[in-house]
Amino acid sequence: MLTKEDLAIAKQMPDAGGHFGQFGGRYVSETLMAALQQLEQTYEKLWRDPQFQAEFDYDLAHYVGRPSPLYHAERLSRELGGAQIYLKREDLNHTGAHKVNNTIGQALLAKFTGKPRVSAETGAGQHGVATATVAARLGLECTVYMGEEDIRRQALNVYRMKLLGAEVVSVTSGTRTLKDAMNEAMRDWVTNVDNTFYIIGTAAGPHPYPKLVRDFQSIIGREARQQCLAQTGKLPDVLLACVGGGSNAIGLFHPFIEDEGVRMIGVEAGGYGIETGQHAAPLSSHCKPGVLHGNRTSLMSDEGGQVIGTHSVSAGLDYPGVGPEHSYLQEIGRAEYTAINDDEALHAFRHLTLTEGIMPALESSHAVAEAMKIAPTMGKDQIILVNLSGRGDKDIHTVAEIDGINF
Amino acid sequence: MSRITECFNNLKSQGRKALIPYVTAGDPEPKVTLPLMHALVESGADIIELGIPFSDPMADGPVIQLACERALLHGTRLVDVLDMVAEFRKTNQTTPVVLMGYLNPIEVMGYSVFADKAKAAGLDGVLTVDLPPEEANEFNRLMKASDIDVIYLLAPTTEVERVKKICAAGSGYVYYVSVKGVTGSASLNVAEVAEKLEMIRKYTDMPVGVGFGIRDDASARAISQVADGVIVGSVLVNKIAELAGNQEQIPGAVAAITASMRQAMDK
Repeated sequence: MLTKEDLAIAKQMPDAGGHFGQFGGRYVSETLMAALQQLEQTYEKLWRDPQFQAEFDYDLAHYVGRPSPLYHAERLSRELGGAQIYLKREDLNHTGAHKVNNTIGQALLAKFTGKPRVSAETGAGQHGVATATVAARLGLECTVYMGEEDIRRQALNVYRMKLLGAEVVSVTSGTRTLKDAMNEAMRDWVTNVDNTFYIIGTAAGPHPYPKLVRDFQSIIGREARQQCLAQTGKLPDVLLACVGGGSNAIGLFHPFIEDEGVRMIGVEAGGYGIETGQHAAPLSSHCKPGVLHGNRTSLMSDEGGQVIGTHSVSAGLDYPGVGPEHSYLQEIGRAEYTAINDDEALHAFRHLTLTEGIMPALESSHAVAEAMKIAPTMGKDQIILVNLSGRGDKDIHTVAEIDGINF
Repeated sequence: MSRITECFNNLKSQGRKALIPYVTAGDPEPKVTLPLMHALVESGADIIELGIPFSDPMADGPVIQLACERALLHGTRLVDVLDMVAEFRKTNQTTPVVLMGYLNPIEVMGYSVFADKAKAAGLDGVLTVDLPPEEANEFNRLMKASDIDVIYLLAPTTEVERVKKICAAGSGYVYYVSVKGVTGSASLNVAEVAEKLEMIRKYTDMPVGVGFGIRDDASARAISQVADGVIVGSVLVNKIAELAGNQEQIPGAVAAITASMRQAMDK
């Protein structure tokens, strides 16, 4: 059982070196160390600067459209016959997902550091679109790395990025998905470190990225907490969010860490099922710590330390690691992690669309599926707050393909 | 005195510089590596850097990425690489061998298991690209206890304070990365390298090897005039890739490149 003191310590993580307990840190080649130190200093200064905060808040309100609503999914809740399900509507943000909260923040950092070029990795393309969007707005050159397999799965987002003026580079190494896009983005950064700001899309990577991405995304949890109190007079019983790298989840969870009565459940991609090994669920399959992309975290690697290929129907969750703060929250027992399989996520995608007229991203559908699973086991006066991290327009092609429909 | 330090001392007394070839262990197949290592020594290599194949070589360009993929296709694991070192040591007790790679295979094996196995195999040094000294306290302690040198990278972006810190943490030699970029990338600027080495030498007595961007006799010679060691990788790995279908030719062809560089350096 965690004491109030334990929770206060957890809320203060990471330490000065970027460690969340044994996780996190800064595991990069020497060429990047100076850039990371500079980023850390810039960030620590600006994050406390009222002018930076004002600019960030202004952009979130007038460009992104915040606060995003907290919506009571009454019909779905009634039908399931248990807990009341509330959806935090990050899908209504400009560009259609939570990703833009972070890219607005990092683009402001890029502006203050005077770098003329930004780069990013992307899986489903949501972070790539959000990066290309802020780059267009600030007149920055933008290169987005995307796995060849994801480019095929997310053709619509690829074209969106191109319309926004970004260069989309197809990554053909390794498994041709998010992890390889991130490798390539790191290679780009090491080569162009003088003029490029690397906008990481999730709460992972070397320190200070996991911290700053969390801080930028924590607007989700701060709003949700207030909205829930205002609408229901109490805090939610359960928080649910999908976890790939885990930025939408940590953004929702972090402001609730000290609310000990609030269960926090991260939902990973179970793919074809944890038992098949074909998944992207390092936490729920209890993977050992490993080191990839600049941080120590739970990592899917084989007994020789090679990173294992992952599978998920959703490109945005198709990643073998996870943000280090999630590994930490699991280890100390503050958050729980579970997995939802492809077919359960697809069912939730269709079901939420039919019952509420809200089409969730396949990533977010994992969290919805878990809500549909546990709501019937809970009381009608209890509350599940689901982070609906993105909208499903980008996935229509994937779902149609599964239905055998070719446009 | 470690085998690496002894090697640099001997070279210094002869007025020569170290030639340090890099090849990925197990590329294109495990059976090629041992004869290749011996051929490199015969061609004039002073130290061998043996790459640990990794699925996600983030600091490497396409040439070494593909080498990792070829080696992994045949299942070359860290334990196999250590076996290759042990085999090499059976007939060569003088040439230092340094493993170069990424942390995860070592992390998964466990630092202390790795330290024990590496010592037993006769390994001399280890260079872990993604393990800066800030994260390496435990690792350094265990390697030191096993008499294995921990070699660190210095980069064009490394400022004075970090140069001091890194040189204090490392032993054997330091590896100066001559260009901002991945392995096998842009050509290097010798004058810039010379300037940086002058700064580095103010803070360490350790030999300084220079790598990244050395691709022919001329660049090897130019770097040998300012550095203590010349590290060459991608150009050798490229040759291995070319001959992946004629593996028996690999040791001779790769050693021909290093022999020519040796000559250019000793001229």
